Amino acid sequence: MTSPGPTLAVWKFASCDGCQLTLLDCEDELLAVADRVHIAHFLEASRTIEPGPYDVSLVEGSITTAADVERIHRVRELSGAVVTIGACATAGGVQALRNFADIDEFTALVYARPDYISTLATSTPIAAHIDVDYELHGCPIDRRQLLEVITALLVGRKPNIPAHSVCFECKQRHNVCVVIAHGTPCLGPVTRAGCGALCPAHHRGCYGCFGPMETPNAAAQAGLLRATGMSEDDVVRAYRTFNTSAFIDLSQVTVGPPPAAGPYDVPGEPT
Amino acid sequence: MTHRSDRTLDVRSLARVEGEGAMHVRVRDGAVDQVRLEIYEPPRFFEALLRGRRHTEPPDITARICGICPVAYQMSACAAIEDACGIEVGGSIAALRRLLYCGEWIESHVLHIYLLHAPDFLGYPSALDLAKDHRDLVERGLALKKAGNEIMELLGGRAIHPVNVRVGGFYRTPSPRELIPLRDRLRTALHQALDTVRWVAGFDFPDFQHDHELLALTTPGRYAIESGTIATTSRPGFTPQQFEEHVIEEHVPHSTALHAHLAGRGAYLTGPAARYTLNRQWLSPLAAQAATAAGLGADCRNPYRSIIVRAVETVYAVEEALRLIDEYEPPPQPYLDVPARAAVGYGATEAPRGILFHRYSLDADGLVTSARIVPPTSQNQAAIEDDLRRFVGARLDLDDERLTRECEQAIRNYDPCISCATHFLDLTVDRG
Repeated sequence: MTSPGPTLAVWKFASCDGCQLTLLDCEDELLAVADRVHIAHFLEASRTIEPGPYDVSLVEGSITTAADVERIHRVRELSGAVVTIGACATAGGVQALRNFADIDEFTALVYARPDYISTLATSTPIAAHIDVDYELHGCPIDRRQLLEVITALLVGRKPNIPAHSVCFECKQRHNVCVVIAHGTPCLGPVTRAGCGALCPAHHRGCYGCFGPMETPNAAAQAGLLRATGMSEDDVVRAYRTFNTSAFIDLSQVTVGPPPAAGPYDVPGEPT
Repeated sequence: MTHRSDRTLDVRSLARVEGEGAMHVRVRDGAVDQVRLEIYEPPRFFEALLRGRRHTEPPDITARICGICPVAYQMSACAAIEDACGIEVGGSIAALRRLLYCGEWIESHVLHIYLLHAPDFLGYPSALDLAKDHRDLVERGLALKKAGNEIMELLGGRAIHPVNVRVGGFYRTPSPRELIPLRDRLRTALHQALDTVRWVAGFDFPDFQHDHELLALTTPGRYAIESGTIATTSRPGFTPQQFEEHVIEEHVPHSTALHAHLAGRGAYLTGPAARYTLNRQWLSPLAAQAATAAGLGADCRNPYRSIIVRAVETVYAVEEALRLIDEYEPPPQPYLDVPARAAVGYGATEAPRGILFHRYSLDADGLVTSARIVPPTSQNQAAIEDDLRRFVGARLDLDDERLTRECEQAIRNYDPCISCATHFLDLTVDRG
């Protein structure tokens, strides 16, 4: 399928298909990408499956079965660069909530015949199993960031993907700060940029779907959340959603003192 | 391998479907003994992990069941929780929900028509290969798909897992002026959608008929999308609240999806063909005219022709989106307050692939105590297997390679979403 250029493979593990769909959602760029890249393995798009090795593998999804533990090692062996895409692949996804639960109880609850089901007790990111060359975050990933990574890999440079927080994007977009102005709980200060500060632009607090930024300030954020009136349970729930394993350290810093008066003196019920 | 009385056919990894599945066919003494759609998409346990979450969270969490139809999950979740809390959302908020849902129908249907299904009818392994010979066709499909995504991006913030939906309505509602750029896009899209109906109507459709019961939401006066009661082709209808009395799910060994049956009637189909058959009278005049010109009659019981129905529904969704934009008046508040109460709520909406049912139990603190989700693909799985059994039985003279290719095409008629149903395909034919 497609051009004689570098070969690309797309793989799916436990996931919703949304991140690989992001490639098909590049309506204006898809055919141009296919002119430059030889798409050799992309089951959602083609029944032609070419044998590896592949120059680049995009991996979506988390590892939740013994068979997938084996399969991800085969993907590594067949691939020049492995790029994990999305919160499932980089942090276990929402299905990693099982990591805090009894998997047998989960299975019995959902399936009448648990004996038909084969699953691991945990949902783990790809990097817990193999060496990963690049991680692209988000639930789902951002289309522009995906194109940036593919372009960078094509020309052999480092992708230009920010590691700072959503707060930067809010400022760039001239969003009103939902915390300061409305006392809305927001994970933006500790969440990796990349979405374009979508939630605050819609008058909603960031819910952390891109996972943690580099060096988040866990204690300050815990205080900020509590100061908006969130209970300790609410704070834990907020961190334990789509990037559970990446936010694990922050979720354990739930009780901080409310921050001192000043720019963070937000409305809401103090603790 | 041909003309043997015993054989096994395996499609180990079904391509161009959403998610991971396989198909296994066993032939004994020259007759099809067994057909199984195997869903090996790993289970993700949404119904279990929703317990203990706030009643405001299911729309965002269940969206993650499917990247192709997240709005369907958000809308069914909102409907169920609002039902539990005794809140009815109408007026402009309901109209905006329908507009957002039109965006998802366009995006999902056009993805399936152009990128997943049309290559089968035209003999290409993928749309990208099709584009090598017919770039203009694929570009038209991508542009039409993009129009759907633009509705979702404008109203939802993004096309995959929109951020702007909440229980009670939206976080932020647009001004009428913000919707204006969509109108020009959608007028162009309407021509592209009509061209799409004419294009797919010219495909070669094998003869195949089924007599399954069909299920779809219905709302007098308009083509049901985001709300309605459940109508069937042969018995009285029922409400979403009665869904579980009528639809029985069972767990079969080869699948992480559950099979649904209509109590006392057996396998049934939901999705575009069911909607068209039950709700044709409520299509817009232009969509109905396009359907007639494309050769669709009073019903659609040849699964191959479902691609025409998807194209007709795309015309409808584009027109309906234009109407909703023209008539839009911003609601006084972007959302209604939905205070939690201890109760059970039910919601059903028409996902692009058919009825998506949600049920939640809430406690007095507003925490989810139990959740049940019945996606369209698991409802359809028994009927798909039934159709495949007859389909394969009539084609046993084909060699494995050809039979595999034809089975894959037949399966794609139903646009199975395996990510949703993990609770799908790899074809194996065991000829003994």
